[in-house]
Amino acid sequence: MAMTFVSSPHSARVNRVDQVMLQVCLALVPGTLALVWFFGWGVLINMALATLFAVLAEALVMKLRGRPALPAIGDYSAVVTALLFALTIPPTMPWWMTMLGIVFAIVIVKQLYGGIGYNPFNPAMAGYVFLLISYPVATTSWLPPDVPALLEARELSTLSFLDSARLIFTSTLPEGLTWDAVSAATPLDEMRTLLDQGRTIDEIRASSPLWGSFGGRGWEWVGNWFLLGGLYLLWRRVISWHIPVAVLGGLLAASAAFWLVDPQHFPFPGFHLFSGAAILGAFFIATDPVSACTTRRGQLIYGAAIGGTIFAIRTWGGYPDAVAFAVLLMNIAAPMIDHYSQPRVFGHRRGVRKKA
Amino acid sequence: MSGLRSLLTGGRRKLWHFHGGVHLPDEKTLSNGSPVIDAPLPTQLVLPLQQHIGAPARCRVSVGDKVLKGQLIAEPQGYISAPVHASSSGTVVAIEARPIPHPSGLSAPCVVIETDGEERWAELPAPLAASAAELDACDPAALRERIRASGIVGMGGASFPTNVKLNPGKDQPIDTVIINGAECEPYITCDDLLMREHAADIVDGVRLMLHLVQAKRALIGVEDNKPEAAAALNSAIAEAGVGDRVEVVVIPTLYPSGGEKQLIRILTGKEVPSHGIPAQIGIVCQNVGTTAAVADAVLRGRPLIERLVTVTGRGVVEPRNYRVPIGISAEALIAASGGYRGELEKLVAGGPMMGFRLDTDLVPITKATNCLLALTPDESPDPGAPLPCIRCGRCAEVCPANLLPQQLYWHARAKELDKVQDYNLFDCIECGCCAHVCPSHIPLVQYYRFAKTESWAREQEKRAADHARERHAAREARLERQERERKAKLRKKKEAVAAGGAKPAAGRAKPAPAGAQPTADAKTKPQADTADKQALIEAARRRAAEKKAMLAKAEETTAASVDQQASAQDDAAATTQRAQPREAVVADQE
Repeated sequence: MAMTFVSSPHSARVNRVDQVMLQVCLALVPGTLALVWFFGWGVLINMALATLFAVLAEALVMKLRGRPALPAIGDYSAVVTALLFALTIPPTMPWWMTMLGIVFAIVIVKQLYGGIGYNPFNPAMAGYVFLLISYPVATTSWLPPDVPALLEARELSTLSFLDSARLIFTSTLPEGLTWDAVSAATPLDEMRTLLDQGRTIDEIRASSPLWGSFGGRGWEWVGNWFLLGGLYLLWRRVISWHIPVAVLGGLLAASAAFWLVDPQHFPFPGFHLFSGAAILGAFFIATDPVSACTTRRGQLIYGAAIGGTIFAIRTWGGYPDAVAFAVLLMNIAAPMIDHYSQPRVFGHRRGVRKKA
Repeated sequence: MSGLRSLLTGGRRKLWHFHGGVHLPDEKTLSNGSPVIDAPLPTQLVLPLQQHIGAPARCRVSVGDKVLKGQLIAEPQGYISAPVHASSSGTVVAIEARPIPHPSGLSAPCVVIETDGEERWAELPAPLAASAAELDACDPAALRERIRASGIVGMGGASFPTNVKLNPGKDQPIDTVIINGAECEPYITCDDLLMREHAADIVDGVRLMLHLVQAKRALIGVEDNKPEAAAALNSAIAEAGVGDRVEVVVIPTLYPSGGEKQLIRILTGKEVPSHGIPAQIGIVCQNVGTTAAVADAVLRGRPLIERLVTVTGRGVVEPRNYRVPIGISAEALIAASGGYRGELEKLVAGGPMMGFRLDTDLVPITKATNCLLALTPDESPDPGAPLPCIRCGRCAEVCPANLLPQQLYWHARAKELDKVQDYNLFDCIECGCCAHVCPSHIPLVQYYRFAKTESWAREQEKRAADHARERHAAREARLERQERERKAKLRKKKEAVAAGGAKPAAGRAKPAPAGAQPTADAKTKPQADTADKQALIEAARRRAAEKKAMLAKAEETTAASVDQQASAQDDAAATTQRAQPREAVVADQE
């Protein structure tokens, strides 16, 4: 008889890593559907590709490390990494770039540090940043959201499933279409460009068809549906509220402060929250337990710092969106934040800490 | 004030929270449906000499002795100890090591009694009071002595001698007595049944404890999944007319509300200081079973020879509660419950969260055993091989001590014993919440127990090493002192010699005055003296040098392993100083 568990507790365990990961996958469904609705089939193709390569890479490295591959694949952590990674890259990404990014994420960022639980950086975000730096154009070229008014205003076309597949696998566009006819800058990107040209917010909102009711047109709804998934994770207690609330709170506070001072040169806070990857980042990416802070107070600091950094990079940095950079930057700081944010232990006086 | 508060809170007492905790399926209905029955008298009783925290009791009977029920068979040794009494009449057939219910699975000295089935009582001490109402006239010291002589220890599991706990000392005035009827572990229902069936005894015990520690009030904490127990206690309190001092407080069911520190926090909002005891904040906490046993001892003169035990789990045919003589075997109790049923995953002494696995059911029930839990694979599935920690932090979420179990785990795993103490390992109560919720199924409590044991072992080693070092330092200091004294003596002698020889030498240096005959005689004598002394000095120097060399050699062999550079130093004193800089300085100052 295996003497694995002689010690108490003898109760049946209530959680399992694979179930936690599957819950995350499930929570991604609404946002993914919204993304597919607005940006076409390329999203799903990317997800499938990334998952395939992630699982293969994970299995290969486990084999090289001389460890059983099945338990590592069976915890679905590679799948979650792959899905999050695929959701952040544009739906037009050539397949081999997707492969490079996810293999980098799994092999270099995750497995070379010791595999699940040991990686100091968020693998999906590190993979994305790897692509962003190596292939900046491909990584920032997005499709326009499939909103008829917007497509008409800009004379843009959408891609069918076959078109998307051909674009991803062979990098060829359908007959008679040019790249300009199918792609569009993201709202964040356009906002930057126009603000840099000296336009005021009012002018931008009046002239550009990219603006929806409270964020980027189309994007705001993607954000909403990811929010729904995030609430599901909160309800199932897969994540706690601390990091998402702190991220969104930090972003809101920073953007509101500047907007209140100068509403013509700093976008409305809602625009920040519901554009780009803010919601996805707050609920699904910053909450990656392995690379985040673990103490409650630490999580609040960590999240707020991510929110603030997102705003800073979006406003003054060199990239239109900043979730990946903000998360990676705070990953570096997480161990230190944890060290200085330990809770008061039962029976100890507040503020009295043993020597570290 | 209290009237205002009860108005504000709708008549309900304010309760506090502790951090974390988990909601568990309580599984109480398995065993709390039927009344307590007496377990059949076994043919053999095995009574361990140590059923309590502290020094083991000293055996007072020998093989072949006839003993009566309630007769003292082992007496306490020292203040923190407890006696053992025969729980039935019969003959002592063996005094030997037998398996006992202990996590180690090791054996310990036991008195084995072959019962005669007659249940003849020994002569019991007279009750100290006819009823609880007359207790106030009793001398507290006499009460404590009776509790001690009756062998009463904490029956909630810790088995700390009760009289010691009820003697907090004058410098620690007690304000509140807390009676623990929370019984937060799943499955266990013996306290529940005790409260339902013997509420009056518990209330008597509470009055006694209030008198003993001169406390103003007593709070009986009962989880809200035991409404019958709370009702029974309330009516017993009303009957006794002590409603102004004793209150039943129904608390929400949340594991581990029955932990002493947690219950105190819930009921009073106070926290027992880390490494401290409740008496420091004016509280004494006792389990309901202990409370009833105290009443039994004082009002009826009966020592602690029986207790209630829950036999439960889906692995036994008929789960229920028994009144059992201490020393009955677990096997006999399981048999009384119809034996095992189906596949058995494990037999546990205590509850599923904090109990320990029994390797065999051939162990006796002791004063601390509250439950025998036969778990099926469905109830206690093998959690499988642990996966890597994903740092999800659920452990920290549920930790009732507000620790960071994850950090403790990393450092315990790495055997970083200083680090685990920085993270307050010793505030861990081993409740098992963290391991229960861990998605990676890491046996966290096992790691903490390991780290605690290692820390204790290291502490002990350190103490031994410190002692050895002190002795070594004292020896070094002594040798040095002797050396110094010898040198000082030598110097004095030398000076004396030099003082004696200097004059003649000075005289010699001068041109000898011609015809100064008497001086020649006077000069040769001191010169011969000087030569003798010089030889003595030479010999002494040689001896000293030899000793020094030997010392250096000894020092080198010990120091070489510590400090490889030691061999480069040929000066023994320098080596000594480096190896023991502090002590050497101290020695020098002396």
